[in-house]
Amino acid sequence: MLKINNLHASVEDKSILKGINLEINPGEVHAIMGPNGSGKSTLASVIAGKEDYEVTQGNITFEGNDIDELAAEERAHKGIFLSFQYPVEIPGVSVTNFMKTAINETRKAKGLEDMPAKDMLKLIREKAELLEIDRKFLSRSLNEGFSGGEKKRNEIFQMAMLEPKLAILDETDSGLDIDALRIVANGVNKLKSKDNAVLVITHYQRLLDYIVPDFVHVLYNGKIVKSGTKELAHELEEKGYDWIKEEVNA
Amino acid sequence: MDLKEKLISSFWAFENHLDEDSYLHPIRTDAIKRFEEKGFPSKKEEAWKYTSLNSVLKHDFSVFPKQENAIEYNDVKKYFIHDIDTYKIVFIDGKYSSHLSQTTHDGMDICLMSSALSKPKYRILIENYFNKIAEQESLTSLNTAFSSEGAYIHIPKNKMVAKPIQIIHFSTGNESAIMLQPRNLIVVDENSHVQIIERHQSLTDNQVLTNSVSEVFVNKRAIVDYYKIQNDNLNASLIDNTYIKQKQESICSVHTFSFGGKLTRNNLNFSQQGERINSTLKGVTIIGDKQHVDHNTLVHHVEPNCESHQDYKGIFGDSATGVFNGKIIVDKIAQKTNAFQSNKNILVSDKATINTKPQLEIFADDVKCSHGCTVGQLDESAMFYLRSRGIPEKEAKALLMYAFSNNVLNSVKIPEIKQRINKIIANKLGVNIGFDL
Repeated sequence: MLKINNLHASVEDKSILKGINLEINPGEVHAIMGPNGSGKSTLASVIAGKEDYEVTQGNITFEGNDIDELAAEERAHKGIFLSFQYPVEIPGVSVTNFMKTAINETRKAKGLEDMPAKDMLKLIREKAELLEIDRKFLSRSLNEGFSGGEKKRNEIFQMAMLEPKLAILDETDSGLDIDALRIVANGVNKLKSKDNAVLVITHYQRLLDYIVPDFVHVLYNGKIVKSGTKELAHELEEKGYDWIKEEVNA
Repeated sequence: MDLKEKLISSFWAFENHLDEDSYLHPIRTDAIKRFEEKGFPSKKEEAWKYTSLNSVLKHDFSVFPKQENAIEYNDVKKYFIHDIDTYKIVFIDGKYSSHLSQTTHDGMDICLMSSALSKPKYRILIENYFNKIAEQESLTSLNTAFSSEGAYIHIPKNKMVAKPIQIIHFSTGNESAIMLQPRNLIVVDENSHVQIIERHQSLTDNQVLTNSVSEVFVNKRAIVDYYKIQNDNLNASLIDNTYIKQKQESICSVHTFSFGGKLTRNNLNFSQQGERINSTLKGVTIIGDKQHVDHNTLVHHVEPNCESHQDYKGIFGDSATGVFNGKIIVDKIAQKTNAFQSNKNILVSDKATINTKPQLEIFADDVKCSHGCTVGQLDESAMFYLRSRGIPEKEAKALLMYAFSNNVLNSVKIPEIKQRINKIIANKLGVNIGFDL
């Protein structure tokens, strides 16, 4: 589904990703872990199409097609979704109106008519229930004054609405208490199928107790330096990242 | 002959036909003398530092409408708020159009300035209110000298005016350049409520300069909601001078929506004469091309326990220029005043500019006054967020601009106006968002 080949990316001439290789197939859950500043969030943003980053070498293909030249919205239309580490507050646009616009613009890009209002309402209600989101919450301005947990739950609600093929969860567990974490993870797991894939980006292992990865990769200094199964995540939790750094620097 | 000379000589030619004993004669002649002395404002004056009238004044305007022109309602229907029942006071090239208007004398007067100025039964009201709060500055004086037509609205006490009143000025372009000087007088007596919608619309690309003066008296406990829709074409300029005097416990709001026009200057003056008065001044400006919109506001707090709220949002593209000059004066005895002012701007082009200047003159010591102005670009991280959800760049920009101006639209009490404004904004931004904010 997603294939990253020797990806180098920089921002304002500062090189951040230095040769990433990664392949994600339908039905798989991958986790990328790593110390702060290793390039985890950059990788997420580059896949989603943030224009601040320049790809200097290598490429990304999605379902066999090169996506380097595609704008963020075109990648979204193809089924790539990024759950933001810091969701942006947009005063004046309600969650519901935002979702309506996003869904209908995606449909428009696929040559489909707008979703009938009744179906939209039903879908919103259904997905809000999945994330245990109160209906009042949906008429509030997007992310404005939301708690950390509400913001993250709202991200996964958007994911549930858009039903992406590849969901990238960037530090979705940060700022979540245990109840919110369980709701969010439960939402992600219910959306999982053999046809879609999830890439979890996290500093800590704790989210991976709930969203269990098939593969764990360690990102350090712009490169994937180690890959393994979920046991690797436990090892990192126990021993920290220093041994990885030592291994790499040796 | 330049425009100033033309105006002055035309004035005397016109005034000499009038009865020299009329009540208005000395008011008019005083006014033209003030204009003659002061001339058109120039950039040397502080209040006009960022707005130059030169490019507008160079045209050879005809200063009196020569003939009565007719328009078919269906051709101009779109400029009316037509999906609700309203009173209408309509002018074509400065002349009243009875055909397009719907006035009343049933328990209140929603009619014409020309009849109010000439008929004896209005004499007392005219003497009490006409030219009583209009400033003595040059453009207002010029309007006073030429004032003959406009809207005259008198709502006696305890009256809820169920239908909004639309005041619309059309110019047909039958003259290659025309200067219009409408004069409105609006008196709302104790405990009455009225909603007014004002619009100036040119129907061709010919040059139009409108120098409008409105005096609005909001008496004790009265409520006035005033909406100004400024979406004229690019050869039409407007200088709007609106003077509002509020008495105790009255509530008055003015919403100004500026999307069109070549040069628009809004002089909006509020004077609060009584306690527990509430004044609201809000505006959304979205312009591009070489358009210019200048909001010049003054709120004068004269007595204690009053409030004023100013909220102006501006979005400037291409080589558009904007000015916000907001002055708040709180007199020494006006304790417990709560005065709030905000002016936020987004520049969507490198060539667009905004000059924003809050001016607070506070002489009381127990007040809450706040002001803030910002100038920025569209938030890049917000753009990426929206686009990552599948919303294309153009729509994402439009959505953020909608969101930006949303709180001003929210306080519009007539839903049809809100819909109309939303539609104008969507047209202006070239998108269809698919929902109303």
